[in-house]
Amino acid sequence: MAGRATTRALLLHLAVLAALVVLYWLLPDYHRGVLARVLVLAVFAAGYNIVFGYAGLLSLGHAMFFAAGIYGAGLPVYHLDWGVGAAFATGVGAGALLALVVGMLALRTTGVAFMIVTMMFSQVFYLTTLYFTQWTRGEEGLVLPQAARRLALPGLEIDLSDPASRYFIAVALFSVVLMASFAIVRAPFGRVLVAIRENEERVRMLGYDVFSNKLAAMVISGAFCAAAGAAYAVLFGYIGSTFATIQYSILPLLWVLLGGAGTVLGPLLGTVFMFYVVDITSGYTSAYLLIVGVALIVLVLFFPKGVLGTIRERWLRWLP
Amino acid sequence: MSFGPHLLLATLEGLVTAAVLALTALGLSLVFGVMRVVNVAHGEFFMLGAVLAWFFSTLVTGSPATGFLLALVLSPLVVGLVALVCERTVLRRLNYDPEATIVATIGMLYIIQQLALTFYGPEARPVQAPFSLRIALPWFGYSGYKLAVIAASIGLILATWLVLTRTRIGLIMRATQFDRETAQNFGIPVDKVYAAVFALGAMLAAVAAVLIVPIQQAHYLMGLDPLLLSFIVVIIGGLGSLRGTVVAAVLIGLSDGIISVFFSPTLAKMIATLLVALVLVFRPQGLFGQAAR
Amino acid sequence: MAAVSPLLQTRGLSRSFGGLRAVDSVDFSLDAGEIRAIIGPNGAGKTTFVSLVCGRIAPSAGTILFEGVDVTRLPAHQRVKRGIAYTFQITSIFANLSVFDNVALAAQRRLIDHAERGGSRFSPADLRRGVAEALERVGLADRAEQAAGKLAYGHQRLLEVAMGLALEPRLLILDEPTQGLSDAEIDGFIALVRDIARSATVLLIEHNMPVVMALADRITVMNNGAVLAEGTPAEIRADSAVQHAYLGTPDDD
Repeated sequence: MAGRATTRALLLHLAVLAALVVLYWLLPDYHRGVLARVLVLAVFAAGYNIVFGYAGLLSLGHAMFFAAGIYGAGLPVYHLDWGVGAAFATGVGAGALLALVVGMLALRTTGVAFMIVTMMFSQVFYLTTLYFTQWTRGEEGLVLPQAARRLALPGLEIDLSDPASRYFIAVALFSVVLMASFAIVRAPFGRVLVAIRENEERVRMLGYDVFSNKLAAMVISGAFCAAAGAAYAVLFGYIGSTFATIQYSILPLLWVLLGGAGTVLGPLLGTVFMFYVVDITSGYTSAYLLIVGVALIVLVLFFPKGVLGTIRERWLRWLP
Repeated sequence: MSFGPHLLLATLEGLVTAAVLALTALGLSLVFGVMRVVNVAHGEFFMLGAVLAWFFSTLVTGSPATGFLLALVLSPLVVGLVALVCERTVLRRLNYDPEATIVATIGMLYIIQQLALTFYGPEARPVQAPFSLRIALPWFGYSGYKLAVIAASIGLILATWLVLTRTRIGLIMRATQFDRETAQNFGIPVDKVYAAVFALGAMLAAVAAVLIVPIQQAHYLMGLDPLLLSFIVVIIGGLGSLRGTVVAAVLIGLSDGIISVFFSPTLAKMIATLLVALVLVFRPQGLFGQAAR
Repeated sequence: MAAVSPLLQTRGLSRSFGGLRAVDSVDFSLDAGEIRAIIGPNGAGKTTFVSLVCGRIAPSAGTILFEGVDVTRLPAHQRVKRGIAYTFQITSIFANLSVFDNVALAAQRRLIDHAERGGSRFSPADLRRGVAEALERVGLADRAEQAAGKLAYGHQRLLEVAMGLALEPRLLILDEPTQGLSDAEIDGFIALVRDIARSATVLLIEHNMPVVMALADRITVMNNGAVLAEGTPAEIRADSAVQHAYLGTPDDD
């Protein structure tokens, strides 16, 4: 029973990852570039999904974790000439640490207050990037020199600005996060998170420290989002305050809602779909925000479970 | 200018900010208090009020007062109507679920902003003040219009307060706020009260915006700051408390005016936002509010 | 652990809501292995009392000893870890999760604790076995994959008990477990509680007097937040104060 469903789900996820690898040879150049970017953003969405989709915490401040990854990785590369590997690790660490501190404070609140508090902490982060404009160049941002964007491995040096290496590094990062999400969701910890979403009081009376579990979810989520940010900085070479604005807290919410909150593959699906909708419609209209707005309202009115959430409910109950 | 007059000027400017902020935040507070809905699109109703004010004031030629008065009447009405449509078509269908309404009002925020950009454009446009009286103080001259804004805001807040505490409509609203189910059982049309409150909240923001456009130009992105400041005010004042909202608006408006004279505005905003977030974490009932029932 | 000390003891336990003393300085003692029923009219403070014991609400005054250790200040989840399990009066299973996952949440708690105390790490197979055992005992083994919310009401009550069982508690608190069950289901339930009592102490809040008389070793009667009487079923039946306060009233629920 449970074992067979796990095998089936595992095979599905591995098939998706294999398809992403194969797509490289099937797609034209332009779409390889788009997909690399989408995969990095899907990691961001997957991180958000841990907190929002599984633990049921509506955060409006996840831009700060993404941006912590961007700045945590980008600033050392730009100002200190750090190697890409160390910078990436610093970015992830910065996001996890920030999530720990923010979580310890914000998780004292629930519901609407949690949403406002996370939004405000994120706004403070954004203002901080503006305040230290001599280091960050604020909205204008910094472009990492191409020479700095090289990943030095023993006996091998990878140029991260090369489209092929960019694509496969994005796939690799996404694979790690996807399989990690899969493992978390299937683990006892994931079961506790879902239960917290459904009924916090009952979870407490089953002997779980709800606060610590939520905090752990925040830190994991923060680390994933920061990994996306750090990868974005070194792969695409641009860091700026824009990534810390409220809009970047709302985008992962939209992607996750669209793909299906609380599904492992939902964030990828939502990000791909939304990215291409905007990409295609931008040929006809510049009203990009209109599409985002309408999508949010339509989703919340008619498809609150998103694409995969609806599919799971109707047909594939084993989908994690 | 020496320190005394400088401080007086900063205080006057702060009071103008506070006056407009109090009206805007009052709208947000009312909607949250009665409906338990966090309206993220509130700032966009403010923006819409300002943009429409520009539109209506350009319809008439002649004395600027005519155009301004036309805007003062029509702009809030149109914004109220827009809010009413949003409430009926979206929020009601969501059954006012707190999280779903937040997502939906974020959607409205983007839609209104984009429509303003498409039809109004990216420019900032001024509206002429209805009169250009300058009041001569011993140290500097001060805009009579700004003083009128403070007076108008006080008048409107008093009117709102009287409606809430002295009339049947106010009683119905407070009853609904206190306990939706019981109110329903007593035959109060809760559904209609919600629609009216949401429209009224948006109209307060629109009035505030019309008052401010002769001082600050209308722009399609102008909604974000009032939204964040209103959140701050409503939180400090205690969610849903009218008196707290007004006191907090004056406090924030004044300190904003005075602090930005002496500190970098970014740093001031940073510290203020952080402090407010901490207030919400450690004193969720606000600095002036009572502990939750 | 001293064998002579009772499993659970409260001294002067009180809780007020506003001006109302819902639980008023209750001294209570429960020995290991007992089935104890708490009865009393509605509003007597029974649910508040057991909520204080399991830590859902904090007392205004008094102490709670569990296995001789003061647990008054411990948060609820730590009391559960020490062996106090509570099943809710209003069914509060996780309706959107499968029956398996509901029980697994309880079973994995015990397995994690075991591993933390230096035992071996548990495998998914251990978890499945733990869940299967608990479901077997309440007779829901064939419904493991169903969504819990889709179960019939009587089965939801049983699932609630299975979750309590999977924790392998020392003290299982059942808050009106037979409410809303059919007569046939109640008979099955009585047998189930007798089975549970072989491995755990049972504290039962119950309105249904035949169930109480059939199960309880001793009965505590509460009224107005205080203990009115305590004794064997026969003693309680004969107590005139109890009859006046409780048994004398027509049995309307």
